[in-house]
Amino acid sequence: MHAINYEAPSTLDQAVSILKAHGENARPFCGGTDIIIQLRAGVRRTEHLVDIKKIKELRNLSFDAKKGLRLGAAVPCIEIHENEMMHRMYPGLTEAAHLIGSLQIQNRASVGGNLCNGSPAADTTPALIALGAKARIVGGKGEREVPVETFVLSPGRTVLGPGELLVEILIPAPSPHSGDAYLRFIPRNEMDIAVVGVGVAVTLDGEKVKSARIGLAAVAATPLLASKAAESLAGKKLDAKVLEEAGRLASEITSPIDDMRGTAEYRRHITGVLTRRALAIAAERAKKN
Amino acid sequence: MSKKTLVEATVNGETVEFLCEPRQSLLESLRDILELTGAKEGCLTGDCGACSVMIDGRVVCSCLMFGVEAQGTNITTVEGLATTGTLHSLQRKFLEHASLQCGICTPGFLMAAKGLLDRNPEPNEADVRYALAGNLCRCTGYDKIVKAVLDAAADLRTHGEGKAAAR
Repeated sequence: MHAINYEAPSTLDQAVSILKAHGENARPFCGGTDIIIQLRAGVRRTEHLVDIKKIKELRNLSFDAKKGLRLGAAVPCIEIHENEMMHRMYPGLTEAAHLIGSLQIQNRASVGGNLCNGSPAADTTPALIALGAKARIVGGKGEREVPVETFVLSPGRTVLGPGELLVEILIPAPSPHSGDAYLRFIPRNEMDIAVVGVGVAVTLDGEKVKSARIGLAAVAATPLLASKAAESLAGKKLDAKVLEEAGRLASEITSPIDDMRGTAEYRRHITGVLTRRALAIAAERAKKN
Repeated sequence: MSKKTLVEATVNGETVEFLCEPRQSLLESLRDILELTGAKEGCLTGDCGACSVMIDGRVVCSCLMFGVEAQGTNITTVEGLATTGTLHSLQRKFLEHASLQCGICTPGFLMAAKGLLDRNPEPNEADVRYALAGNLCRCTGYDKIVKAVLDAAADLRTHGEGKAAAR
């Protein structure tokens, strides 16, 4: 690996000023489970790594019944899994965070890092998209909020400009009678990258769907929001025909690649299957809330 | 070569100071600077778990962490498992069940298993297999490893860590 400088500031202001001073030559650094590999392989280069794990605000995980969830960018995945509130309020996102790599990885990797890494196959990103999450970004010129579905621009590239930092992910409090779910298809039980990942959130009004959101991963150059598929559910009972149609509309917006994990055709098919199954799980959860 | 940084940490109960470059992994720092060669370099990509160590009670791949990040942390490596020359129950059970063939993966498996048993003293087989999913054994001796961990868990429940080690 080429030589790097490492700093671990304890405040957000310090982190922003270091990032600003070095511009394009600096990157925020969190769990390191992607970036260390990328630096070693030479697929990313950076002179300065700014470790954000010591900044208190970025380690915050808190829920407010009105304001919703604040998930600090540096909260390791394992802390989400160990949080009883997360299992109750956001089971889909919690499941996604608990199936990234091994426990060794979950002990280091964060949901914020998963997003900033910009992989099309990130597990937690479609779960965040389904929940209507926003990314709160702070930089030298102030701060902004960006919907998660617009955060990744292309594989490995995000909306974060030089000197900018993802501070936290903001997720609305779940409405009554709502539930979320995340399903990933891999050919083994653990330790694999998604062939397809589908995150959904459903709010019910009696037997019928009031609103829904669907996020897709590993089926295009970036994670996707499947708006048409989600909108097709509004006002309908989730019967086999309605689920089939939502699955079809979700797979229609995909543009997958052929690779060792699966063919494009197979990925399109699995998108429909997982969309149907995830919707059914989320609806079951919604009935209990 | 970039400037070296002084890192102070607790390693296996002892306060240590070492100098490392920011680009050096914790694994390199442990093996090449502190001469603790128990943690092994396998894949360098976080897939094999041979470099597993515990940082502040959590198991991590030391190849995916920089040495400079260890500042102020409490690190346990496989060298810290045995106390006063007596093997830890996990180590004894690995021997009794012949849970190693070439042995390269063993330190990583021991640390991952320790991480599990510290949090869950009564794991079932699925719990063990899940907790060890990040550790690869090229000789494929998984069954004996799982049996040893379950047996060590039972041993620790009966005798406790101190007594089990002293027998």
